Amino acid sequence: MTLVHTTGRILRQLRHDRRTVALLILVPSLLLTLLYYMFSGPVFDRVALIMLGIFPFLIMFLITSIAMLRERTTGTLERLLTTPLRKTDLLFGYGIAFGVAAAVQAAIVSGVAYWLLGLDTRGSAGFVILIAAANAVLGVALGLLASAFARTEFQAVQFMPVVALPQILLCGLFVAREDMAGWLQAISDVLPLTYSVEALQEVGAHADPTGTMWRDLAIVGGAVILALIAAAGTLRRRTP
Amino acid sequence: MANTAIKVNDLVVKRGRRRVLHNFTCSIPAGSVTGLLGPSGSGKTTLMRAIVGVQIVESGEIQVLGRPAGHKDLRSQIGYLTQAPSVYADLTVRENARYFAALYGLGAKVADAAVRDVGLSDAAGQLVANLSGGQRSRASLACAIVSQPRVLVLDEPTVGQDPVLRDELWKRFRDFADQGTTILVSSHVMDEANRCDRLLLIREGRLIADDPPAAVKASAGTDDLDQAFLNLILAGQEAAS
Ligand SMILES: Nc1ncnc2c1ncn2[C@@H]1O[C@H](COP(=O)(O)OP(=O)(O)OP(=O)(O)O)[C@@H](O)[C@H]1O
Ligand SMILES: [Mg+2]
Repeated sequence: MTLVHTTGRILRQLRHDRRTVALLILVPSLLLTLLYYMFSGPVFDRVALIMLGIFPFLIMFLITSIAMLRERTTGTLERLLTTPLRKTDLLFGYGIAFGVAAAVQAAIVSGVAYWLLGLDTRGSAGFVILIAAANAVLGVALGLLASAFARTEFQAVQFMPVVALPQILLCGLFVAREDMAGWLQAISDVLPLTYSVEALQEVGAHADPTGTMWRDLAIVGGAVILALIAAAGTLRRRTP
Repeated sequence: MANTAIKVNDLVVKRGRRRVLHNFTCSIPAGSVTGLLGPSGSGKTTLMRAIVGVQIVESGEIQVLGRPAGHKDLRSQIGYLTQAPSVYADLTVRENARYFAALYGLGAKVADAAVRDVGLSDAAGQLVANLSGGQRSRASLACAIVSQPRVLVLDEPTVGQDPVLRDELWKRFRDFADQGTTILVSSHVMDEANRCDRLLLIREGRLIADDPPAAVKASAGTDDLDQAFLNLILAGQEAAS
């Protein structure tokens, strides 16, 4: 039950912050529009599809690491840990709350991409939204983990380039994975974002969900669970 | 002592490189209001953190309600008010209280009663971010008392409150104690110390007095608690130097 209440509390916090909600929806839509004028036809389809997966990952990573850091610096975390709340309920509460927010974001931004910007994929938009939401939860999980290593907001935002940027550079968006040097490919193989981008490409290229897509989604899900467990391990009830 | 709620034995705590509590020993009777007094930086917050089980300790032991501090079973029985208000600024007072109530499996009614208890009914729908300083600490207090815990650890609960509110809050604490709650409360205000059943006086991480207010005054040779506090602290400093 405390999981439900914690999820509700985090969503309520988000609801009171109207400007953040507006930014969550407007920023990706505007960036996609920018891409629309930069590229045309098949190139736009390829890039926009991947961006639909990368935006929620990036944004939720940032929002979560700041939110969790705030829990630490304002003392609410210390207080929560003196209550019967389980650590996993707190972490999964963040995962679910921001996952829900990201699903709404992905649905709206996908709507803009498909209807206003004419995005064309073989597979259905529903799978794009599903993968985008999974990506968002991945961002949340990694953000929770990263925030354990940050003492200040300045440090927290620096983890964005450390954790997120390499994944974006190596996921196959800039250079196709087949064309990478062997060692870069090996790194790319262990980064979870690689698999969600591949899953999106599968939706782009095939009318029906493929085995590869499901496998990729399962890998992303596994990475989320691993990151959440690691984050629970870094969450100490006793501090110096 | 008939019934001991909190027992601290030979507690040593280091923060950073410094030893903050030196072989600290004390015991706190159940159903009483115990005041924790001492100069700024003397280790009051550190002792409270150790009692609620969030402080890493070097050695020594702490028993709360017969269990080691920080024990899982204690989490539903302890209420902790941190020195700096720790509530969610982007939630309303009511939402904060209801969330903390929910963590103990309690409903909205109990939460709203706690908000009333700290005199914030009129501001219940206001975001904590928009509260005055004193209101914000009362919002934090509401979340600490919401579960009606058997042990309440309150770190400077009345800072920034006007005399009328302070009086009301202290009456509230007394009510809780009368119902069997054990209260440990830190303060810098001597007129509040006078309302405690016992006082723990702490200086540089050592206990220098553990007596009812009247006995503290008597041993310092004055009937003004402010003066007694000064005398005892200064006497300790002279002895140390
Ligand atoms: N996180 C920390 N790391 C290192 N030292 C700390 C930390 N927190 C507190 N201290 C030190 O521990 C000592 C005791 O601090 P504590 O907060 O317990 O004092 P206090 O009696 O509550 O003071 P006040 O009345 O000002 O609240 C102080 O000397 C303080 O500088
Ligand atoms: Mg203090």
